[in-house]
Amino acid sequence: MSLTILLALFGHWRRNPLQLFTLLAGLALATALWSGVQAINAEARASYDAASATLGDAQFDRLVRRDGQPIEQDTYIDLRRAGWLVSPVIEGRMNGARLVGLDPLTAPAGITPIAPENGQDLQDFMAGGGQIIAAPDVQIADAMTDPNIAPGTAFADIGLVQTLLDRRGELDALIILPDQSIIQTPVTQIAPQLSVQVAQDGSDIGRLTDSFHLNLTAFGLLSFAVGIFIVHGAIGLAFEQRRGTVRTLRALGAPLRLLMALIGIELLVLAIIAGAIGVGLGYVIAGLLLPDVAATLRGLYGADVTGTLQLRPIWWVSGMAIAVGGTAMAGAQALWSLSRTSLLSGAHARAQSVMTGRGAWVSVIVGVALLMIACILAFVADGVVSGFALLGALLVGAALLLPFVLRVLLQLAEGRAKGVVAAWFWADTRQQLPGLSLALMALLLAMAANVGVSTMVSSFRLTFVEFLDQRLASELYVTTDTAAQAGLFEAYATPKADAVLPIVSTDVTIQGRATELFGARDHATYRDNWGFLAAADDAWDAVHEGRAILINEQLARGADIGIGDSVQVGANAYDVAGIYGDYGNPIGQAIMGEVSFATQFPDANALRFGVRIAPDQVGDLRQALEAELAIRPDAMINQAAIKAYSLAIFDRTFTVTNALNILTLAVASFAILMSLLTLTSMRVPQLAPVWAMGLTRGALGRLELVRTVMLAILTGLLALPLGLALAWVLLAVVNVAAFGWRLPMYVFPWDYAALGGFAVLAAMGAALWPAVRLARTLPADLLKVFANER
Amino acid sequence: MNVKLLCALFWFPFAAAAQGFAGLGTSVEDFAVPTPGKVFDFPTDDGPHPDYRIEWWYLTANLRADDETDYGLQWTLFRTALSPDKGEGWDSPQLWMGHAAVTTPDAHFVTERLARGGIGQAGVITDPFAAWIDDWAFEGPDADARLRATGPDFAYDMALSATGPRVFHGDAGYSVKSAQGQASYYFSQPFFDVTGTLKLPDGEVAVTGSAWLDREWSSQPLAADQTGWDWFSLSFDDGAKLMGFQLRGAQTYTQATLIMPDGETTAFPNGAFNAEPLDVTAAAGRQVPTTWQVTLPDIDLDATVTAINPQSWMDTSVPYWEGPVRITGSHTGRGYLEMTGYD
Repeated sequence: MSLTILLALFGHWRRNPLQLFTLLAGLALATALWSGVQAINAEARASYDAASATLGDAQFDRLVRRDGQPIEQDTYIDLRRAGWLVSPVIEGRMNGARLVGLDPLTAPAGITPIAPENGQDLQDFMAGGGQIIAAPDVQIADAMTDPNIAPGTAFADIGLVQTLLDRRGELDALIILPDQSIIQTPVTQIAPQLSVQVAQDGSDIGRLTDSFHLNLTAFGLLSFAVGIFIVHGAIGLAFEQRRGTVRTLRALGAPLRLLMALIGIELLVLAIIAGAIGVGLGYVIAGLLLPDVAATLRGLYGADVTGTLQLRPIWWVSGMAIAVGGTAMAGAQALWSLSRTSLLSGAHARAQSVMTGRGAWVSVIVGVALLMIACILAFVADGVVSGFALLGALLVGAALLLPFVLRVLLQLAEGRAKGVVAAWFWADTRQQLPGLSLALMALLLAMAANVGVSTMVSSFRLTFVEFLDQRLASELYVTTDTAAQAGLFEAYATPKADAVLPIVSTDVTIQGRATELFGARDHATYRDNWGFLAAADDAWDAVHEGRAILINEQLARGADIGIGDSVQVGANAYDVAGIYGDYGNPIGQAIMGEVSFATQFPDANALRFGVRIAPDQVGDLRQALEAELAIRPDAMINQAAIKAYSLAIFDRTFTVTNALNILTLAVASFAILMSLLTLTSMRVPQLAPVWAMGLTRGALGRLELVRTVMLAILTGLLALPLGLALAWVLLAVVNVAAFGWRLPMYVFPWDYAALGGFAVLAAMGAALWPAVRLARTLPADLLKVFANER
Repeated sequence: MNVKLLCALFWFPFAAAAQGFAGLGTSVEDFAVPTPGKVFDFPTDDGPHPDYRIEWWYLTANLRADDETDYGLQWTLFRTALSPDKGEGWDSPQLWMGHAAVTTPDAHFVTERLARGGIGQAGVITDPFAAWIDDWAFEGPDADARLRATGPDFAYDMALSATGPRVFHGDAGYSVKSAQGQASYYFSQPFFDVTGTLKLPDGEVAVTGSAWLDREWSSQPLAADQTGWDWFSLSFDDGAKLMGFQLRGAQTYTQATLIMPDGETTAFPNGAFNAEPLDVTAAAGRQVPTTWQVTLPDIDLDATVTAINPQSWMDTSVPYWEGPVRITGSHTGRGYLEMTGYD
């Protein structure tokens, strides 16, 4: 009997292949969106883990010299003999790769490619000529390759690297091991020239890339929500469409339990098929987007991701989980309602099935509660996690309230309606709302996310362009190779240009944070172009008199430094006279007057220069510099070129975001299509009386289209404030927590209008086919409502 | 003679060298090999012998607090050479490993340090004598030495004073390890009086007691069939001391040295000394004998040796068991037990 029932159930699909397609497509799309985002995340994380596992400096506190100079090897020995468990690091470049020298005997576990337990490896690494172990992309002769090493990196024993770099007796940093002995002499007594550079926080690249992943994770969650709505819609559709078949089977004597079990098995098989297709599609999505993710991480944070996709079991697991789990969730509800359907009530249309009565009020109460939580979090959220909690509460709360708000709006419209058709239209729309609400929620979330993310990106871009204008004020930037060439250049260029501004910097530590300290010449260029987020009066005067420094926002927020605070830089203390925005920079930055800089750091030479000159003379000066001073052309960069390059990096950053935005919206439209298809088939009994009273099938079809577009517009209008709230959370909460800077928020009405137009078009596209089908319903079918069913 | 030889040879880098890996272009023949008849020369022989592959300064102490609680203390510095070459700085082939431990009746604190030779992080010099790795040090003349070590959860600082002469094991310091003739140079200073402070998680403890220093160096691996080692240093209440070990292999190989209170020694050949396990303890997932019946009929010794803390497992990169013991039976006293090869 089971086989016969299965064949009967399957027969439905054979007769309606389109319905089978929509079910499979809906499930597969939801799975694809979810597993695609997860795949990108997993891949980027895996690549990044390989990088951070070998970036000892990123995970551990380090000791460095305050003045940025190399550490004497004897200092290392002094510290070890004082009980400090520190491990030496030296870094340099070789054949374009980052060459890191470590001592495998003292380095913390996990940061060297070999461990002391592996006797033979260790011996090869240290003894004889030593062994270089490099990432596969590094070109160094005789190097052993290891895929677990971050791209562009090579490791060797510290002694070998000192020799290769011709820096015997020098170290760049000392990693501080996490587990120290209980007795130590303070570092300040042994090596006062050293200071601790704290890992993590603002200076930790890992946390920056984490924030990018969080961004993607948020999209993953959003796609999960949208996916669940779609799966729900697809399963609901499958059940509603087959009500008749089920009734007939039961009437023929098929036991309810057996029938339910078989439907369950059938759903499981379909879920597995659709899930497999979805994971495959997700793989394609991830494969297309990953190069942009890689470019983003590299451009914005300097972290290397390989950009190629590997098939990882976790996608299959998570992809199949959402397909099967989502189906089970939706199927359980449908099966439950099926089990409660009396055999005699049969194929009655149940357009008003879901989300009415008590269920609707539960949604309203939960929605209001979530929005209240969001309001509270808006005031207290101060981290990435609480920021995302705020986002989640806001989005889910708003989605749950959507049907209620729409119902209220429709009731208002109904009250003002004139004429019987209008009154029927509004009442009928309201009555259909429960069946459409899941799809509309998906649309609301997709549109809100679109508004929010595009607001963030556009605000970011606008701010970034302004920032570039202020920062890249000089028309030409020249990099010289040696101090001697720098001297020649300054002497040569100064009379020819309006001004030559040396760019001199050194790495220092300010309040435990790695900071790049610049020495600025006293010139109007800075005073005219440099914008501050906050500044004391006469900030530049204080800087050039050697009393004060300027710091970037990252340093100010990270170390909790405000205007007027005094900070120690090198040997002297300085007031903080100004805080400036410094977008895209992961570490702290500070500016000191040229004179005090030169006094404190006499060894730091300016090799780079900004040249102020009329833009039309830039070309001539370049040629002269090349001819007279043999400065390489690639060492001279026009301001315009830098700006273009910076903007190109920036624009790639958000390619992924945009692509996911569009994809989400498209999938939401698909949900509308499927919901409408479900409703259309159910609504024939409700429309038959209206048709019988004189409304033509064409008019009914048109009204159907109008209804969908109107609901989309209403949803879109509600999505706008939600999206703006989302943008605010992203800019003012999540961004500050993740990146250390706050962005001003700009509003882009035309973008929103365009998005609204797109959403309406998408809704119209989704509604067109069901409307046409409705308009073409055979009069005979409509008549059957009166003839057969009652 | 200690188990570290075995551990080190089979676990630490020089294990690879011992098997003649080509990476170094050296084989055991390039290192010096102990021969009988060596005339020891002090203080030179207190210092390192870089021509030999492995060497250690191995100190254990039985300590007691005012409340009669027994403690054990270990301070060990191992030297190993990746090759007999004389590299400078980071190129030095000499590696150093330090183990420090404190054993109480119910806890065992242990920590380890590794260091490169040639850069000053670890080493041994003579006149004045100093052996160190990082902040751990054993320094000063035998009559007035100081011993320090720190770990993440303990530290100690001890003053040592030798009340007797150095003693030489085997044939005047030439100690044979197997029937095939593998050997090492081996002498001890078992007459240290100790006083000092243990710093433990529960606070500081003032202790006194006695310590035993072993000095040993060699280049040769043990015989291939020798899989483990049980080593005893026993101090009897009558003032005499006994060093005895058995190497477990196809055939058990034993050696022992009786040390009289005045430093006079008697060496016993293979087979005279015997140790049988009476009870085993599960320590770090291994079955380790922590109670032994020790016999040496020539001196009427028939005693039971019991671990004060059976969980004295050394969870270091070269794992083994090492801890203080109590002696009962024909003789009474205290001592140290070291065991390896119970994997």
